[in-house]
Amino acid sequence: MKTIQELEEIRKRTLDKVNQRKDRTTTRIVVGMATCGIAAGARPVLLAIMEEVEKLGLTDVVVAQTGCIGLCKMEPIVEVIKPGEEKVTYVKMDAEKARRIVREHVKDGNVVEEYTMHVIQGKILNDYKVEKE
Amino acid sequence: MRELSLHIMDIIENSISADATLIELFIEENTLKNTFTIKIKDNGKGIDEEMLKNITDPFVTSRTTRRVGLGLSLFESTCLRCNGSLKVYSKVNVGTEVVATMEHENIDRPPLGKIEETVVTVLLNPSIDLVYEHIYNDKKFVLDSREIKRILGSDEINTPEVLLWIKDFIKENLKEISGGAF
Ligand SMILES: Nc1ncnc2c1ncn2[C@@H]1O[C@H](COP(=O)(O)OP(=O)(O)O)[C@@H](O)[C@H]1O
Ligand code: FES
Ligand SMILES: [Mg+2]
Repeated sequence: MKTIQELEEIRKRTLDKVNQRKDRTTTRIVVGMATCGIAAGARPVLLAIMEEVEKLGLTDVVVAQTGCIGLCKMEPIVEVIKPGEEKVTYVKMDAEKARRIVREHVKDGNVVEEYTMHVIQGKILNDYKVEKE
Repeated sequence: MRELSLHIMDIIENSISADATLIELFIEENTLKNTFTIKIKDNGKGIDEEMLKNITDPFVTSRTTRRVGLGLSLFESTCLRCNGSLKVYSKVNVGTEVVATMEHENIDRPPLGKIEETVVTVLLNPSIDLVYEHIYNDKKFVLDSREIKRILGSDEINTPEVLLWIKDFIKENLKEISGGAF
């Protein structure tokens, strides 16, 4: 059984990491957690992101949650903010898609276009196929 | 919501939006008295009297992106279905307490679900402290983020490594106090 003392070991191991995270290259991954987001599955998305960040050993990443993003029908929503780049908004996320975003976008720098939000003439199209028609 | 822990997530989200810095989550399960009690208390900005009167009315919301508030009315209907109730106490500039009760063995009662995921999601906010106390009959588990911050010697406990550890820590302890019921 885990005891609270194990935190002491984590402390020793992570001291450097915390310092590294303070520099400017930090990427933020933000998950919307309003009622609609939670009901649509935002919590497993958030946990999947944390697990993938940990699995890949990414230290220059901050995972955060926020309240309402204001796009109920598009939830769960994940925003990726890389320093010096425009914010990318991913919609209708699930745990698997979220893992892919961490691998391909956050780690390797390639935006996963098929999951991003598409705004055409002021209207949000949540379906990628619609845009191509 | 499919799990009580998702309702809890949603109620705590209200506390976070109300700028709370300390959130207390108290869960008590008593299988002998057939009661399931959830209390969520915060030190946020509170709700004024006028709004508090109809707070579980879905048309009461201070949000601007949609005209219907959902969280409290959704949770209340779950409690009512389980022969319980939902009460909201609040004082402006002091804080808010939400008390939900249900019958433990009610067939309509959603499972608690992954409460450990709700807790670590809240702890992603480094400026918010959370005390989580869970009583199952005569056994008790308490987690206090302030203690974790003290042991780690840092307020930045919002790293995946620490949070995933906390998640497993909670899971194991809940299994222990409930005799494997979770
Ligand atoms: N803990 C709290 N502190 C302050 N205000 C709250 C709190 N919980 C709820 N409220 C107020 O009650 C309203 C209704 O809450 P809720 O039913 O969760 O719907 P929503 O969050 O979608 O507006 C909120 O908009 C907010 O103004
Ligand atoms: S109210 Fe639905 S995303 Fe905010
Ligand atoms: Mg709410």
